[in-house]
Amino acid sequence: MSTAPALAETVAAPAPRRRGRLLLPILLFGLLALAPLAVSLGMPSGWLALLTRAMIFAIAALSLDLILGVGGLVSFGHAAFLGIGAYVTGIMITEGQAEALLILPVVLGICALFAAITGAICLRTRGVTFIMITLAFGQMVYFLAQALSAYGGDDGLTLYAKSTIAGLDLFSTRTGFFYCVLAALAGCYALVRILVASRFGRILRAARENPVRVSVTGFDVTRIRLVAYVISGMVAGIAGFFLANHTDFVSPAFMSWQRSGELIFMAVLGGVGSLHGAIIGAIAYLIAEDGLSHLTEHWRVIFGPLIILFVLFTRGGIVGMLRKLGGGGGA
Amino acid sequence: MKQPVLTLESVRKSFGALKVTDDVSLSVAPGELHALIGPNGAGKTTLVHQISGMLKPDSGAIRFRGEDISALTPEKRARRGLARTFQITSTIASLSVLENVALGVQAKVAHPLSLFRNAARDAALNRPALAALEAVGLADRAEVPAGRLSHGEKRALELAMALALEPAAILLDEPLAGVGREEGERLIELLSSLKGRYAMLLVEHDMAAVFALADKVSVLVYGRVIASGEPAAVRADPAVREAYLGEEG
Repeated sequence: MSTAPALAETVAAPAPRRRGRLLLPILLFGLLALAPLAVSLGMPSGWLALLTRAMIFAIAALSLDLILGVGGLVSFGHAAFLGIGAYVTGIMITEGQAEALLILPVVLGICALFAAITGAICLRTRGVTFIMITLAFGQMVYFLAQALSAYGGDDGLTLYAKSTIAGLDLFSTRTGFFYCVLAALAGCYALVRILVASRFGRILRAARENPVRVSVTGFDVTRIRLVAYVISGMVAGIAGFFLANHTDFVSPAFMSWQRSGELIFMAVLGGVGSLHGAIIGAIAYLIAEDGLSHLTEHWRVIFGPLIILFVLFTRGGIVGMLRKLGGGGGA
Repeated sequence: MKQPVLTLESVRKSFGALKVTDDVSLSVAPGELHALIGPNGAGKTTLVHQISGMLKPDSGAIRFRGEDISALTPEKRARRGLARTFQITSTIASLSVLENVALGVQAKVAHPLSLFRNAARDAALNRPALAALEAVGLADRAEVPAGRLSHGEKRALELAMALALEPAAILLDEPLAGVGREEGERLIELLSSLKGRYAMLLVEHDMAAVFALADKVSVLVYGRVIASGEPAAVRADPAVREAYLGEEG
């Protein structure tokens, strides 16, 4: 009995393993922070815009990973949150309100509400039915946006101003916007990581593997998943806010089911459940897409099979592959 | 007479025309180990599922510490102090042994679902979890992922997970199933060390274990309780011998 406190402090999180897990994200964010420097040293400037776009999708893929990788819920309608975030931003800017400190709370509020209502319905189902219902809600928002004739309808909505943050015009330069997106990505990553390691996160993880055990241990699995779903939707909404500011344009295509599928691909490509895997996956996906689309207009014919092969032959996506290389087979 | 912890009153359940639970009434007193035996397909696991809330009875009442819990969800029953183990071991394979037990501890502490407090380094969770592991003799395996345990160790882990809930009653669904002789003996020893501290309902096929452990035995055949009482009396009951014990020689 006397060994109990000492053991309790050391168990479950051995220090070397924890340090190893931090290495990759630190490297990742460090490299991203240096990207504008690379551009000033001669990288083509279009590259910075591509990376910015990749980081925006990384926020969305990261949010999806919280429910997909950590919670085990395959949502096929996640682009809806991206679209809601983008549309709320677009509409508010069009109506003359470009202040991020006002737009973001509205984005977060509407995404949370939409997630709470649709999640309460979706989470009554499991497996393929869950996928289909999330898809249906996603399409619902897609058609709703198409019907918004006051804000461009089918053609989308062009924005003539960018958001300001507390009155500051941080989004007007490429580098300024890049660092704002990077800061948002880092913040969202830290938040989700803390959530996953929390008491709440542990129950969410346990419920992915064995929901019955979790419920007979005294936890309401559906309620816990709903909380995760709402948080995930809110984070994806933030990505939508940045996407609208990045493209100066919002359209229903932002929330098509293909977009939801791409988000799943990004998370799977990077390595599901690891969080930074979703970020790496989003960046790899967009860079590969960009590279291939310069080669041929039929790039999808190459890209599709490439992704399938990659997912089939690398367990745990890019992060799994890196871990295997780094661990020398030991880990 | 002490007030029973768990009481079943005329519980009935049918799957179509098949009566799986047919007017079952039984009770478990505080600290009592009540064994439920019966041939395969007698409806023992179905009954445990109804008590733990995974299945709803068609009629009848299940009282736990005086309260009718038959309409409550499994998680609410667990929170009231009703723990269970499963016939097929049910742990979280990717979490460590300690984390598995800490899940149960977490259900009992303040702010069980805190969004920001790190769980892995939480002494409020780890200390009681480790104590439960020591009670079942698994403390030295605390850091191992639960999926890597031997079958018998998983059985002990499930028991520790139940104990972590600080339960008033534990439902044990065949805790010895598939366990080798040596590990089985250790588990029987473990169960007898818990006797008197928790009300336990034990479903078990191993008759030696049942008669070594039980204070009271009920025999379930085709969903009906055909005999209930002291182990010696039940063993001598001619109806039981014919329906069940006799078959095994």
